[in-house]
Amino acid sequence: MIVKVSFSSLKSGHWYEYIFRFALGGAATVATGLISSHFGASLGGLFLALPAIFCASATLIQKHEERRKRSAGLDGRRRGQEAAALDAAGAALGSIGMAGFAFSFWLLVERQTLLAFAVGLVMWTAVSIAVWWIWRRNRVRVRARALARDNPDGNREQHAGSLTT
Amino acid sequence: MEYVARFLIGGLAVSVFAFLGDMLRPKSFAGLFGAAPSVALATLGIALVQHDAHYATVQGQAMIWGAAALLVYSIAVCQLLMRFHWNALPATLVALIAWLFVAFGLHLVAGAGA
Repeated sequence: MIVKVSFSSLKSGHWYEYIFRFALGGAATVATGLISSHFGASLGGLFLALPAIFCASATLIQKHEERRKRSAGLDGRRRGQEAAALDAAGAALGSIGMAGFAFSFWLLVERQTLLAFAVGLVMWTAVSIAVWWIWRRNRVRVRARALARDNPDGNREQHAGSLTT
Repeated sequence: MEYVARFLIGGLAVSVFAFLGDMLRPKSFAGLFGAAPSVALATLGIALVQHDAHYATVQGQAMIWGAAALLVYSIAVCQLLMRFHWNALPATLVALIAWLFVAFGLHLVAGAGA
């Protein structure tokens, strides 16, 4: 299975990190409400897609990865940056799903509000997963091609297996 | 009182999506939750209670431009980390300029009628 649930990653986090993210999320929602009431619904609507907690999330991911590598005696700075970059790549793909949520909500909310939320969430999930799956499949193919080019005599099956992990 | 409710609902929605993202692997898949509509769910829900469906429609339309800006922002963060070897905090903060530029640009060009 490509996607896995891992509870071990929760152990690497501290309780105050969850409180910090809760506070940032709450602050972003309050700020969006203030902007909407002072500058109008349209301008406030832009801030529904503000990456308010992304700064905190990406920084935590980098720090966790660095800590994990340092405990193994390695310099984890580069791995930390790569982990944060992968998270950003996922967010880029998820933003297409977010546009799907906004589009379906915009279409439906004046007809049926609950349906607008439900369809919006289904759109976000379906579009995000579909785009991520296409992106990942292409990434694996490009890597396999590059490996085959660099090592034409190598075992292709072995390479393909190592790429899916 | 209204802003206390906003803070609690928004914080809870963001925490739930962040928690889900923390549990999932690979990291690129978990990253999808970085673009979850968590603040949107809380804000649009409150907008429907306080105002009307038209108000939420206008916000939903503007959110499409915000999501496009988020795409540019995330790509910018990714490039700053991978090509220029920046750390996550400065990369995510500097890239906010790109988000603001694209979001307000699209709002001016395409969303002015909203």
